[in-house]
Amino acid sequence: MSDAILVEARDLRREYHMGDELVRAVRGVSLDVAKGDYVAIVGPSGCGKSTLLNLLGGIDRPTAGSVSIGGERVDRMRDADATRFRLLRIGFVFQRFYLMPALTAIENVELPMAEAKMGRHERVTRARELLAYVGLGLRYDHRPAQLSGGEQQRVAIARALANAPELLLADEPTGELDAKTGTEMIELLGQVNRDGTTIIVVTHDEDLARAARRVVHMKDGVVIDDRRQDSGV
Amino acid sequence: MLLRLAWAALTRHRSRTLLAVLGVAVSAAMLLDMVMLSSGMRASFRNMLLAKGFQLRLAPKGTLPFDTDATIPDATNVIRTLHAIPGVQTVSPVLGGQLHVSLGSRTVTATAIGIDPAVQGDYDITAGRAPASPDEFVANDTFIRDARVSLGDTVAAAAGYDPQLRAFAGRRTLRLVGRAHFLYMAGDQRAAAVPIATLQAMQGERARDRASLFMIRAATGANVDTVLASVERALPNVSAVSTETAMRQVDERLSYFRQLALILGAVSLAVGFLLVTTLVSVSVNERLGEIVVMRAIGVARGRVVAQIVLEGVGIMIVGAVVGLALGLVTARYLNSILASFPGLPAAIDFFLFEPHDAWSALGMLVVAGILAGIYPSWRGASLPIATTLRDEAIG
Repeated sequence: MSDAILVEARDLRREYHMGDELVRAVRGVSLDVAKGDYVAIVGPSGCGKSTLLNLLGGIDRPTAGSVSIGGERVDRMRDADATRFRLLRIGFVFQRFYLMPALTAIENVELPMAEAKMGRHERVTRARELLAYVGLGLRYDHRPAQLSGGEQQRVAIARALANAPELLLADEPTGELDAKTGTEMIELLGQVNRDGTTIIVVTHDEDLARAARRVVHMKDGVVIDDRRQDSGV
Repeated sequence: MLLRLAWAALTRHRSRTLLAVLGVAVSAAMLLDMVMLSSGMRASFRNMLLAKGFQLRLAPKGTLPFDTDATIPDATNVIRTLHAIPGVQTVSPVLGGQLHVSLGSRTVTATAIGIDPAVQGDYDITAGRAPASPDEFVANDTFIRDARVSLGDTVAAAAGYDPQLRAFAGRRTLRLVGRAHFLYMAGDQRAAAVPIATLQAMQGERARDRASLFMIRAATGANVDTVLASVERALPNVSAVSTETAMRQVDERLSYFRQLALILGAVSLAVGFLLVTTLVSVSVNERLGEIVVMRAIGVARGRVVAQIVLEGVGIMIVGAVVGLALGLVTARYLNSILASFPGLPAAIDFFLFEPHDAWSALGMLVVAGILAGIYPSWRGASLPIATTLRDEAIG
């Protein structure tokens, strides 16, 4: 892990209306994440951890505060620039995998590379390498419906790594997996981090949180604890 | 990959897509028919008028050709005057009347025209030959069938019936020498053509040296409007009508038809548009999660919009191709019904197919498909990513 700061959040706030009620999902969170770090954000449901992750990844806009990634203000980017930034610099993994059901595993991995205008030969080669890396080398031409939950999440991780992002954001990546598959996923994410990708993961999974180098506890939209742990990768 | 995703979205619910395609096909068929209807009569009327290359027609003052029984006197002098006008190449006189053919105990009556066989522009010979002597005539299939005559047969014919005297003005024995297709006659109308001098003589004193109509062909390179102006100056007692003038009059008379076709065509286009918009909207709503995830992982909004628009265009194109074929079949059927109206020239088509019409209909449908996809796609691609993902997770 390098000491250089990759993610820098300052006094982040996010409020939105749910019916007549004003929800203060994130209430002044400041967070620095160093390059190569592996951070788990934990806390009870509704504490704002997923909202924080979305703000860090530029798929949501803060009501106040700032987010910089690699020195670039994500919160100030125009929509098209933020989209391009996410494509090239950030990988996303979701609880429900969200693979394109019509595409095969390899095509799902190719999708971000095609969007980044990578040549067909190059992206097919890289997609195969990535699928082999996540342990799905033999099933690259299967569609998501033909894959198990664990396999789908592996494809989602390969897709997230497609354009070699420096930051991987994962929202409950083991949430839909059984214990054994969840453990495999934790190992895979650990490997991804050891290979140099900074990871921020939101989770309820204690095993996954234990695998991180740093655990940030949230409650009611604020960080109540932030500590490093030895048990991590 | 864009195409793959669009194709996959369409084939995900095959029966629904098929129904939408069929709906668009019906809409496209109606659109094509209306486009064909709006231009068909006009185009076929124009083709009919220009079939033999005559651009001007002279009728008795204040009438249109064959609108009344009125005739133009002194036909020989009229022809001479017309030939003296610069730019006039051919003058074809036509006298209208009826020919009554006695066949034993029965009589067959036909619409007769007196023509100059050398320059006539009323028929095409399909068998035999044109009349070469005063006592020869040609007739159409309907006459030949009803009179049960063959080429080479002679018939006893009479013309110029006077209802007060209850007698014919003239009788001749005529020989059938040719079978002809008459350009301006209805399909079920019996028609015969004899030399104009013969018909004038058979109709008696009231038709002596008279013609119902003169058709004029301008010389190559001559300005038809200039020739028309010269004709009007030289013969102020007749009405001269150019093909363009006739077309303007036809346009006026057909404006109701065209408006109707335009309205029905617009309605069918709107139906197709709404059908595709509805289908694409439903499809987008079903996969909001996929769409926002595409946006989250960095797929540009324009690319997402393009993919969804492609779905709408795909339905429109497939529906249009099926619909255009369906439209041709229905147009042919409807044309056969409408063309059987009594007295309508067989050359008139209500639905005239021209490739331009098909391209127009296809173009309108593709544009409608693009427009139909834009709203739901833009809406889908513009959804707030985080909120939609949260809603999807809750849902």
